[in-house]
Amino acid sequence: MTSEIDRIYLDNSATTAVDRKVINAMLPFFDVKYGNASSLHSFGKEATDALESSRRKVATAVGAMPKEVYFTAGGTESNNIALQGVMLKNKSRGNHIITSSIEHPAVLETCEFLETIGFEVTYLPVDKMGIVSLDDLDGAMTDKTVLVSIMHANNEVGTIQPIREIGALSHEHGALFHTDAVQSFGKIPIDVEYNNIDLLSISGHKVHGPKGIGALYVREGTPIQPIIYGGGHERGLRSSTENIPGIVGFGKACELISTHLDKDIISMTKLRDSLIKEILDSVPKTKLNGHPTKRLCNNVNISFEAVEGEALVLSLDRTGIAASTGSACSSKNFTASHVLLSMKIPDIMALGSLRFSLSRYNTQDEISYILDKIPPMVQRLRDMSSLWKEE
Amino acid sequence: MGFEFNEKVIDHFENPRNVGELEDADIVETVGSPVCGDMLTLYIKLKDGKVNDVKFKTFGCGAAIATSSLFTELIKGKTIEEALKVTSDVVVDVIGGLPEKKVHCSLLAPDAFKQAIEKYKEKQ
Ligand SMILES: Cc1ncc(COP(=O)(O)O)c(C=O)c1O
Ligand code: FES
Repeated sequence: MTSEIDRIYLDNSATTAVDRKVINAMLPFFDVKYGNASSLHSFGKEATDALESSRRKVATAVGAMPKEVYFTAGGTESNNIALQGVMLKNKSRGNHIITSSIEHPAVLETCEFLETIGFEVTYLPVDKMGIVSLDDLDGAMTDKTVLVSIMHANNEVGTIQPIREIGALSHEHGALFHTDAVQSFGKIPIDVEYNNIDLLSISGHKVHGPKGIGALYVREGTPIQPIIYGGGHERGLRSSTENIPGIVGFGKACELISTHLDKDIISMTKLRDSLIKEILDSVPKTKLNGHPTKRLCNNVNISFEAVEGEALVLSLDRTGIAASTGSACSSKNFTASHVLLSMKIPDIMALGSLRFSLSRYNTQDEISYILDKIPPMVQRLRDMSSLWKEE
Repeated sequence: MGFEFNEKVIDHFENPRNVGELEDADIVETVGSPVCGDMLTLYIKLKDGKVNDVKFKTFGCGAAIATSSLFTELIKGKTIEEALKVTSDVVVDVIGGLPEKKVHCSLLAPDAFKQAIEKYKEKQ
């Protein structure tokens, strides 16, 4: 398998292919069992059964009770409901939220909105590997701290946070703990009890499920209010007629995670480590971003000195390899990603970052193909680069 | 998003003309900085009021590489006055258009040239 490979997808942190089994599970719910779960007739009953059976599958995948799982329109909405819903409900307890500087915009922008309506937010720094310090968290806690929201694993560099300890520390201070597990779900075993989690966000399209569906786990008894009002679906927390095909697909994807996860982790880790090692060995002035071991089993993030990330992504795309970069150039204020900047990666490296994110479908053949292409591709761009200095 | 580059842009990206340095350049001019992300160095050789030779190196995206390549092609052999008329608008036009967000990348090379000539004239 070399030239006959048409396209290789290594951007699974952006989104994933929907598993065939997921598609097949969803299909009847478009044109045969298309009822509204609120209806009293048999169509309604079919929808309700599918809804509740999917809820059980999602609950099982994270070690929760089914009644603690609320379906949403995705990771962004789950994060919004968690942060806004908890802060608005608990105004009498306090107005302070603690998060990190490397969260996804779905958390960061929500925090910025909360600041505009009077809440106070602490953005914890991270170390060079992208890890939040427990001492910093401890120091940031006040008697007004209601919620701590720290992502389980970062979408760009794949760094895994010590969420179990963060959860325990939050609880010691009487705060609730939310974690954005959109990237870690399906790559790391998650148990909401073991990890001291009160609220957890997950998303369907990152785990071979459909787009536009996600879930929020809310520990029973957690004070929270809706941010969308309507017909009272999802026990009043998220009104709107349930997206049954999406929910069924997400449920199936979760079932597959529950059965596949151990095997998937082993195979993705092997590919990840071979990609990292071979690239670092074959291309000089190259550095791994993030933590060598506290890292998502599917994440490779490497900086190539003096190479602009987007040019590299375009070169790869021309050979049929889909990857992404942490640098985004917009007129006049080109900056590296907030994640790499928070990790104090120097500009010349941060602007040359490349992310490969694997899925359980990637193969060693694909990795070998990529490893053949990368060194000459990087060299070509370096030969053109005004920042490259051959030693 | 997705890259929406036409074949001419891709051609100049994959086979850029006039990449490199000129050891006997009359003017070497750098614009941009690694902090703002885009950086380009032009090496220019003048003869009888004309652009005798020109080469470039850039730390920039695909569009920056492609438009800089085309720019060098367009100004080579032209008089300084003619070359100064090759603005980024001209480059974008000749290359057959760029996605809105990538138009600014075409400013690098013309800016560097303009700046280079201004400095050169001051010195004369
Ligand atoms: C860490 C993280 N949180 C949240 C999201 C948003 O999820 P969704 O696309 O389902 O809204 C993403 C997806 O990019 C993510 O990577
Ligand atoms: S050079 Fe900055 S986006 Fe093209």
